[in-house]
Amino acid sequence: MSLDTATAIRVNDFSVKLANVNGTGSASANSLLMQAIFRMGIPVSGKNLFPSNIQGLPTWYEIRVNKTGYTARALDYDLMVAMNAQTYADDIRDVNSGGYVLYDSSWPLDEELLRDDVTFLGVPLATMCIENFVAPRERILMKNIAYAGAIVALLGIDEDIVATLLSETFARNERLRESNQKALRLGLDYAHENFTCPLPFHVEPMTATSDSILIDGNTAAALGCLYAGATVAGWYPITPATAVMDNFTKLCATYRRETIPGDSPDDPPTVRNNYLIVQAEDEIAAIGIVLGASWSGARSFTSTSGPGISLMNELLGLAYYTEIPAVVIDVQRTGPSTGMPTRTQQADILLCAYASHGDTKHILLFPKDPAESFEFAVASFDLAEHFQTPVFMLMDLDIGMNDWVVPKLTWDEGYVADRGRVLHDEDLAGMREFFRYANADADHVTARTLPGSDETGAYFIRGSGHDQYGRYTEDADAYQEVVDRLKKKHASAAAYVPAPIVERRDGATIGVITLGGCDLAVREAIDLLAQQGVVADFMRVRGFPFAPAVRAFVEQHSRTFVVEQNRDGQLRSLISIETEVPIESMTSVLAYGGFPLSAHQVVDSIITKLGK
Amino acid sequence: MPSITKPLIPLAPLPKNDLGLTIRDYEGAMSTLCAGCGHDSITAAIVHAFWELSTPPHTIAKLSGIGCSSKTPTYFVRGAHGFNSAHGRMAAIATGAYAANRELTYIGISGDGDSLSIGIGHLAHAIRRNVKMVYVIENNGVYGLTKGQLSASADIGSRPKKGDANVIAPIDPILLGLAMGATFLARSFSGDKEQLIPILKAAVAHNGLALIDVISPCVTFNDHEGSTKSYRFMREHEVKEVVTDFVPLRREIQATIPTDGTRVVPMHDGSIVRFRSVPTDYDPRNRESVESYIRDHQSRGEIVTGLLYVDESSQTLHEMGHTPLEGLNRIPVSELCPGAAALDALQEDFR
Repeated sequence: MSLDTATAIRVNDFSVKLANVNGTGSASANSLLMQAIFRMGIPVSGKNLFPSNIQGLPTWYEIRVNKTGYTARALDYDLMVAMNAQTYADDIRDVNSGGYVLYDSSWPLDEELLRDDVTFLGVPLATMCIENFVAPRERILMKNIAYAGAIVALLGIDEDIVATLLSETFARNERLRESNQKALRLGLDYAHENFTCPLPFHVEPMTATSDSILIDGNTAAALGCLYAGATVAGWYPITPATAVMDNFTKLCATYRRETIPGDSPDDPPTVRNNYLIVQAEDEIAAIGIVLGASWSGARSFTSTSGPGISLMNELLGLAYYTEIPAVVIDVQRTGPSTGMPTRTQQADILLCAYASHGDTKHILLFPKDPAESFEFAVASFDLAEHFQTPVFMLMDLDIGMNDWVVPKLTWDEGYVADRGRVLHDEDLAGMREFFRYANADADHVTARTLPGSDETGAYFIRGSGHDQYGRYTEDADAYQEVVDRLKKKHASAAAYVPAPIVERRDGATIGVITLGGCDLAVREAIDLLAQQGVVADFMRVRGFPFAPAVRAFVEQHSRTFVVEQNRDGQLRSLISIETEVPIESMTSVLAYGGFPLSAHQVVDSIITKLGK
Repeated sequence: MPSITKPLIPLAPLPKNDLGLTIRDYEGAMSTLCAGCGHDSITAAIVHAFWELSTPPHTIAKLSGIGCSSKTPTYFVRGAHGFNSAHGRMAAIATGAYAANRELTYIGISGDGDSLSIGIGHLAHAIRRNVKMVYVIENNGVYGLTKGQLSASADIGSRPKKGDANVIAPIDPILLGLAMGATFLARSFSGDKEQLIPILKAAVAHNGLALIDVISPCVTFNDHEGSTKSYRFMREHEVKEVVTDFVPLRREIQATIPTDGTRVVPMHDGSIVRFRSVPTDYDPRNRESVESYIRDHQSRGEIVTGLLYVDESSQTLHEMGHTPLEGLNRIPVSELCPGAAALDALQEDFR
């Protein structure tokens, strides 16, 4: 970007990167800025790029403001807020030519770091906070709010909205509210007195987000589980999925707890919880708890990440073969092994599609953002119970842990849970005999009974070879009859999982396929490609097994690109394996370093691969 | 593990329990275990215990892992729902089933491989959570289905059929249970139905996880000279100083507390366990006393059997979780879903 374009006025279209040290309280200042822009009605995103550490390591936060709603990761930064001396060199190098660097001028910046194509905005944050605050911890924390104040001035963020947000955050702590307001004012005033505010790129109010909310995917998924009527959860703490259960626990305490007053004034009230959440000893137990509860007819789920799925593999096969519903929320992180626990990836696709030994196939859902995480979480329970099988909702760290601007969630009061084919005592009353795996319906699903139901419905569920009557077998034909039905049952689910989103453009010469959280970056990339004369159709896969439209899309294009966040092109492989389209007809576009995808990565890769 | 349906031949009128059911109504399929297997005697004791308790068969849920022991739930109470799960995972699955539906009587059958090796973590944590269930370890010191490898309960010096004597310290499920905060611990011997039946009945009445370690000789792989889990070894080394009777709630209880050292423990449901011929220094409600008693006898090469420890005062998983008395699985989704208005309202926090 040249200096000229950088100095031209740009409203609601820029990005800011904030470089901090983790554990110093910067996160709340950064999300304060992002939330204020959201409340001004402007499409915005905040991506937290944080280390697997509690205190002392570099951490970044990126805010992208985009009036057309393209809020995927930017990769070019108009303003760098350089608050971490350890990473000054890299951070200053990252800023666009013609951009700005805000730094703490309490100490001089090393001459070698200076760039003459960038404007340096020094704010003596440490000095200000030492002068204005007494407690050592406060002096550190308030530096964050002070730089936030300077940014509020530089970007033209509505001061009243910021003040309101601080009041809301510290509604119960007047002293903290005052400290924060004071620190904010220090930064604001300093910027106004020393710099031309606002900068050429800045915000102006819009109404684009008035029907939207700001929510992270883990919270949204937990809400989905609450609304789906899940009562039993088994889980084991793991980044980045822990907040799913933290939020489910909080939501249950609010919406599922009844307080029953005591019989007399002396009698204390008692609580009645319509849920039971078990923090298990490991992920094996977590999925075991889900299977036990689902076998018993409760809606039950677990939330985990890749390492947890690895541990659950054995019991996932048991659930598949014995046909027990199970909902597994996988908030994917970077693998293999421990990998990078605080970085994002979409590398559990094949792991989940074929989890466990033997011939297994599972139902997968790929939400693109928190709103779909809510919606698909509910769908997961319906699918799991309808098809009596494990269902995986594959989120990722970016969706799960970052705040997203999404349309307000809605709930259809006419929702009727699909509990699947379950025979209760009244159904069993007229039956002479019940056979667990016989009499399949059009979806190749057979009726089940629940423990506690009449003796006619009692059977012995077993992970060992069984025939359609549920009896142990080592007979080749009797065994195959059951596993062949399971394959057909899985295929039937293609009509039930969310359909792929296909968007066609006139004159398209290529097709671009993607999934999950890549959606925004890929849509933006398709716009950018069109500007370069490359017209592409778009398809976002939302579920597995694949609808016929997936195969058709690949076959309709002489060349397709599959954009995903893993090294091996797992979605591309899965499409080829399952639809039998030749793998060569699809070209992989991959980004798997652990950060959210940017449109530039997609554009650059496709242009290169097209040989343009 | 094949199952062979047992022919239901009408015999001379059999006695009926309170539900009008005979002992045959509590049986299951024909056992396919080796002739003389200790596990079959345990199965018979379970059949008797449930029949005598008049437990409605369909209110029983029987679970197991993998191994010879885990085959046995098919051999009892055919009218109960059963779950033959994966190796070592029964405790976790039972925890989930109980979490969803606390109204059933859960019985888990496991072995020493299943519970003391691959599944020891799940057992330990099911104990900690006090999942209300009867948990039977059919303990024979070997892996039968894979032909005779020593298990974690094999005593030092115990000799397998092939290979060297065991040199690694054994895990005693009773001592493990004491350390994990178990609320009901018993040890018995498959050859002693008279002792095992009242223990099983008390276990069903117990408000929490009732762990019963049943020494159950493996006639094929561990009943030879040199084994410490053989019929002969047990007959020679068993110490039955703790003798218990179970008095169900329905029977008239003439509970005069005797003065001869006998102790009476009231169970949660109102039934009682009466300890007879208990050594004077033994208190089945005192963890430390029980542990030192067991260890003391162990050091003399003796195996103490009987209902060894009971604590009826601890809360179950459900009591700790303040759940309703009826199963969570009964609550319809429509009642659990907060609805559209609540969703609108709560999203104010996301602005």
